[in-house]
Amino acid sequence: MTTPTPGPSGPIDDAAHGLLATTRYLPRLRMERSAVLAQHQWMAPGLRGLAKGRRSMASWDEDSVTMAVEAGRQLLQALPGCTPAALTLASTTLPFADRLNAAIVAAAVGLPDAAATRDLASSPRAALGELAAALRRPAPHVQMLLAAERRIARPASAQEMIQGDGAAGALVGHGPVLATHLASATRHADFVDHFREAGHDHDYGWEERWVRDEGYMKLALGTLRQCLAEAGAAAADVAHFVMPAPLAKVNDAVAKKLGIAPAAVVPAGHETAGDLGGAQPLALLDVALRAAAPGALILVAAFGSGCDALLLRRTDRPCPGGEPDAGKPETSYLKYLSFTGQIELEWGMRAEMDNKTALTAAWREHGRMARFEGGRCSACGTVQFPRTGVCVNPACRAQGTQQVLSLADMPACVLSHTSDFLAYTPHPPFQFGHVDFEGGGRVLMEFADTDAGELAVGLPLRMVYRVKEFDRLRGFRRYFWKATPVRGAVGDQ
Amino acid sequence: MASGIRDKVAILGMGCSRFGERWDVDADGLMLEAFNEAAADAGVTASQLQAAWLGVCLEENNVGKTAGPLANALRLPRIAATRVENACATGTEALRGAAYAVAAGAYDIVLAMGVEKLKDTGYGGLPVRTRGVANDLWLPNSTAPGAFAQLASAYAAKHRVNAGDLKRAMAHVSVKSHANAALNPKAHLRNAITEDDVLKAATIAAPLGLYDCCGVSDGAACAILTTPEIARALHPDREVVTIKALELSVSNGEEQSFSGPAGWDGASIQTAREAGARAYASAGITDPRRQIQMAEVHDCFSITEAVLMEDLGFSAEGRVIHDVLDGVFDRGGALPVQPDGGLKCFGHPIGASGLRMVYEIWLQVHGRAGQRQLPRVDLGLTHNLGGHPHQNVCAVAIVGRQGA
Repeated sequence: MTTPTPGPSGPIDDAAHGLLATTRYLPRLRMERSAVLAQHQWMAPGLRGLAKGRRSMASWDEDSVTMAVEAGRQLLQALPGCTPAALTLASTTLPFADRLNAAIVAAAVGLPDAAATRDLASSPRAALGELAAALRRPAPHVQMLLAAERRIARPASAQEMIQGDGAAGALVGHGPVLATHLASATRHADFVDHFREAGHDHDYGWEERWVRDEGYMKLALGTLRQCLAEAGAAAADVAHFVMPAPLAKVNDAVAKKLGIAPAAVVPAGHETAGDLGGAQPLALLDVALRAAAPGALILVAAFGSGCDALLLRRTDRPCPGGEPDAGKPETSYLKYLSFTGQIELEWGMRAEMDNKTALTAAWREHGRMARFEGGRCSACGTVQFPRTGVCVNPACRAQGTQQVLSLADMPACVLSHTSDFLAYTPHPPFQFGHVDFEGGGRVLMEFADTDAGELAVGLPLRMVYRVKEFDRLRGFRRYFWKATPVRGAVGDQ
Repeated sequence: MASGIRDKVAILGMGCSRFGERWDVDADGLMLEAFNEAAADAGVTASQLQAAWLGVCLEENNVGKTAGPLANALRLPRIAATRVENACATGTEALRGAAYAVAAGAYDIVLAMGVEKLKDTGYGGLPVRTRGVANDLWLPNSTAPGAFAQLASAYAAKHRVNAGDLKRAMAHVSVKSHANAALNPKAHLRNAITEDDVLKAATIAAPLGLYDCCGVSDGAACAILTTPEIARALHPDREVVTIKALELSVSNGEEQSFSGPAGWDGASIQTAREAGARAYASAGITDPRRQIQMAEVHDCFSITEAVLMEDLGFSAEGRVIHDVLDGVFDRGGALPVQPDGGLKCFGHPIGASGLRMVYEIWLQVHGRAGQRQLPRVDLGLTHNLGGHPHQNVCAVAIVGRQGA
């Protein structure tokens, strides 16, 4: 399927349809693979070949929903004023099998109630197929596409080394586009290179050489050829080639066979993050877009139960938004095992609290929880959280004057703090304190991703959406906002 | 026009169990231990009581939800009995109920009992709640040390003091309380400690270490109250001790939600300031540091006691570090605080603590405080705090010689 192609560096046409923004999000923690190897080399010395660099590692309170929320917020910050009318969330590790995960994300990023929301699951190529479909069939409104993955690989497996946690996203619509759609192709095939049964954590995979030879070199190659053919483009003209693959050098071989220049192959980011699964195609597309010159052709593929391929042409618009920073090295493999629920540590009685959620109360306070909604008094302007019947300002006390105000994107700072070693948290110490918001509002809240000794009165903070508590008895989790130190530039994690 | 409570209610007798890890005694036994002492002291029996108040905070499923356990333990003659609970200020709440009933003229002789049996919970510190609903959706599931540790960071920032200096003053607070408790046979923790012990102890919630935190104990304390006239009639040779003030202040959410210059500074207990000011007005006190001879405050943590010295007007704003290190609040200082060892070392069986504080004033006024007896006590103050610095209930009582 072919669409009209604008000139490589023609004037920006705001009526153009295409990619408006892309982003990628990595959790702050980056597990040193050498530390993983150190624990496994007694029985799996062969992992040494993979044990370079770091893999991104979700903190205990991050999952595919919270990482998608961060990616979604980054997109909206990159394109201020944009109000997507649809949100699709793609992941093979959605926390809920029956509770619309995209609706949790949509509420947290602040999309209107009327936004169409959808979960996509079951394949690492789900997000790319969705992106291609959105680009092929221009809709009148902006669509937000998010992909996030937090896979739990079996200890000492190659996947544990290869995979990383993270999210990526894209906004598609009419406007100042970064890239336009040239062609796309898809192919389904029940080619089971790996699988994961519903309700289980671990993948089971078949021999990598077979996956390469029969999967990538045949199925993927065919789909890529078809995509190029539909655009009437030559492989040699592809400036950036993106394709997640578990084996190093697979992309090089596919590129070579297609006739794509070796330099066009976009590195998969193994040493800094790892393979983000369902989020990897969009994450690598984000990398490619930022590197691409105006007019450059970008070929993206995603493999899994078949293949999707997408050919884009870069415009001369600069990519808005920032990129992930280097994160924080993590060397405790036991911490990784604990965060992923693969080792049972002794947490003591304080971990026994029954975190049953009263779903009635959760719905009643939905805006408070999802959007961090407090109130601003229409009589005196005082901001408060939570919203109450009577204004908290002792000089006001007006009733029924609280207008909804979200604190989610308000800058804030520390009023007081502690690092509590008595309270239960999966990542001691439990850091919390009183937080004052710019423009008013004070909340006693948890700090996330905060280092020992980092908290100080007056420290600037921003808000992140995280898992607040797990109810392991019933398989539920509840989310709320936490404060994290503002570090460095935009896009800093 | 309300005329307050000053000198309208007298203490007839008081009792206090030994506090500590009372593995071999249940709540009934603790209440009986405290009551027998108070009854002997007052010269009355259970059959003479006309009404009773029972304060129990956390262990309602163990001690019981109503005042029934008190009625059962003491075999009260089916009189009116009410259970009250106001977090860690529960003990004073029992005293308030009983005192106001006497002041109202409804009864002649009543009992205020506080008890807590914490050492059946399996926790080293206070037990965690078992569940919650609305607030758990957003409030951090914090601990008491974590909540009170907040005071230290905000205090140091507000007054621009060195965190190390504050920590040393906090250490002195605990060293002093241990020294006092060493002289108190009923105290839970009777070992003397050094400043170095405090500074080197494991961190519980920064900057609070183990020795900055009070003991969690089993125990009971009680007061038998009556009118000053009856007290004098029953004990003509004994000085009448009356209640001068009994004030309670409850946070209204401003501390935790109202920011800005007019908001709470995070470095003080607002309710203590309110309740203290009202209590001083009620008792006719204008210069607390000089007019009060002793205080038992809610030293759940060393930092709490430190900021309370300013909140209650014992130290000027920003000056408590100097006063503490100068020994002002030591047993031999100008204004002894926690002469019995305080929550820190006497222990903290929650429902009993407010009454235990009054018990010490009672002993000190009568010269019955043994080795820790102060020269002369005419007026003493108790401060009993429930909740956390940003959201709490705070009771202040002033007790002393009739006419003082």
